[in-house]
Amino acid sequence: MSALALPVVRGRQVWAWARIAFCAVMLALVLAPLLWTVFLSFRTNIDLLRQAPLDLRGPYTLDNYAELLRNQTLFRWFFNSLVVSTVTVAGVLTLSSLAGYAFGRLEFPGRNWLYLIVLAGLAIPDQSVILTRHQIFSDLHWHNTYRALILPGLSAPLGVFLMTEAFRAIPRAQDDAARLDRANAIATFWHVLLPQTVPALASLGIYTFLLSWNDYWWPLISATRPSMYTLTEGMAAAQSNYVEVLGKGVLMAEAVVAGLPVLIVYILFQKHIVNAVTGMVKL
Amino acid sequence: MTGWLGRLNRQGWPNLLFALPFLAVYAWLLIYPLLAGMGLSLHRANLFGGARFIGFENYIRLFRDATFLQALANSLLFVLMCVPVLVVLALGLALALNRATRFAAFMRSAVFASSVLSVTVMTIIWRQILAIDGGLLSHGAHAIGLPAVPFLSDPNLALPSLAAVTVWWSLGLPMMLFLSALQQVPRSVYEAAALDRATPWTVFRQITLPAITPALVLVTAYECALQFQVFGQPQLLTQGGPNGASRPLVLYIYETGFNQWDIGYAAAASQMLFALILVAAFVPQLAQRLWRRA
Repeated sequence: MSALALPVVRGRQVWAWARIAFCAVMLALVLAPLLWTVFLSFRTNIDLLRQAPLDLRGPYTLDNYAELLRNQTLFRWFFNSLVVSTVTVAGVLTLSSLAGYAFGRLEFPGRNWLYLIVLAGLAIPDQSVILTRHQIFSDLHWHNTYRALILPGLSAPLGVFLMTEAFRAIPRAQDDAARLDRANAIATFWHVLLPQTVPALASLGIYTFLLSWNDYWWPLISATRPSMYTLTEGMAAAQSNYVEVLGKGVLMAEAVVAGLPVLIVYILFQKHIVNAVTGMVKL
Repeated sequence: MTGWLGRLNRQGWPNLLFALPFLAVYAWLLIYPLLAGMGLSLHRANLFGGARFIGFENYIRLFRDATFLQALANSLLFVLMCVPVLVVLALGLALALNRATRFAAFMRSAVFASSVLSVTVMTIIWRQILAIDGGLLSHGAHAIGLPAVPFLSDPNLALPSLAAVTVWWSLGLPMMLFLSALQQVPRSVYEAAALDRATPWTVFRQITLPAITPALVLVTAYECALQFQVFGQPQLLTQGGPNGASRPLVLYIYETGFNQWDIGYAAAASQMLFALILVAAFVPQLAQRLWRRA
């Protein structure tokens, strides 16, 4: 049928069908792993240990999730992640908006050179500074503390770049008006300019939250005590140890519970996240 | 006194105070570790003893170290496997989804959603797909009477499997970047092409592709730099095995520095990584220049 029809359909229609087929395949590939994980998290451990294909009709169980509620360490990791991510966001927003104001709006000697040095930092990967960064915190005996987990996140220059751009985008006339009112630099910053950077602050804040929540590299190196693990680091420990102890079903439930907060943040603030990542690369 | 302060004030020095908190943290935790790391790479050092200056000996040792060379080759291979697929699929998705329908919006969200998951959650998910016992793919293979494939334990399949997983995980960002580039192409150009009854392929070749070439170069450079930093996927899914077949540079640095505590040597390896990332970020731009001249 389609072979007969093909010669007469116009090229445009072939492209339209190709587009639909491509989208369908990609959607299946994107969603299947996620759905499979959710599916496994509702199956009993005995069921998961059998080699036979799983019966779609069940049995289904909530035992794996009930097991999670009894798991105190998971709450501890969740709490650690919440503390680290929240404080990191607050810190990044404060430091970046102050520095962005200075670089984007004020004059001082050496400003352009300093800004160039800050931008150059965007090219430095965390992995290439890790050994000496680890030493800094070892010398201070700060490993396994919140400040060790938080501080390196504050040194990333991305926020300064985004905020400098945001301050530059505000029309000059507004500072001049503030100057006529004899407002000083701090008052101009706080009352006139900062309120106008709220969209940029929101994008940066949510992006920083995700980055900090998902960071695996630095917590793995700095937080070696299980009570100081972040949720992301804890999920690594979980997948190597817990399968034997608690079973695969519990691990799947943990993955769902650990993945859900970021997915919810993403669904709520999708526009901001996309703004931040596209703004970041447009440098 | 007031004259001196007044002069500082007129030159704008107090304004520097706004940038100072960030600059302090930046210097302390990014610039200093970078420079100190370069210094450390010239020393034989471990975490417990002192450090002895040995010049470039660590670098010479690296190039005679089969494990390092294997890791270097793995990283290059990984980037070569990941980035072209990522760029082509992301561009395809961006072209297909650059429209204002509800389905396109849903699909954009769905594709990007996987990239907000942490690497540790992502590997838990994918182990249940790829695992030889009880993985989704082995269930599928059994169902149609085929033997299960050892994706993560076959030396020839481990690295490609990690690349496939990484493509799944990182597709969202390049797609969004392409979409934002596509939206900047003026609509009138497409309308003119439609009047000329240009085929979709001609439109893509003559209008879209030239318009998004900068984005294409940018995304390629960014992804090259990013994928050289791959760590969590091999560390969690294959532990770099079998026999180092899937151990990339960052995993090598991690093991050398934090399992063997040979930190001077690991610092040398991390300088190599830094150099490689800088090169990777500039090669696509360079290629574009040469292409244009040719």
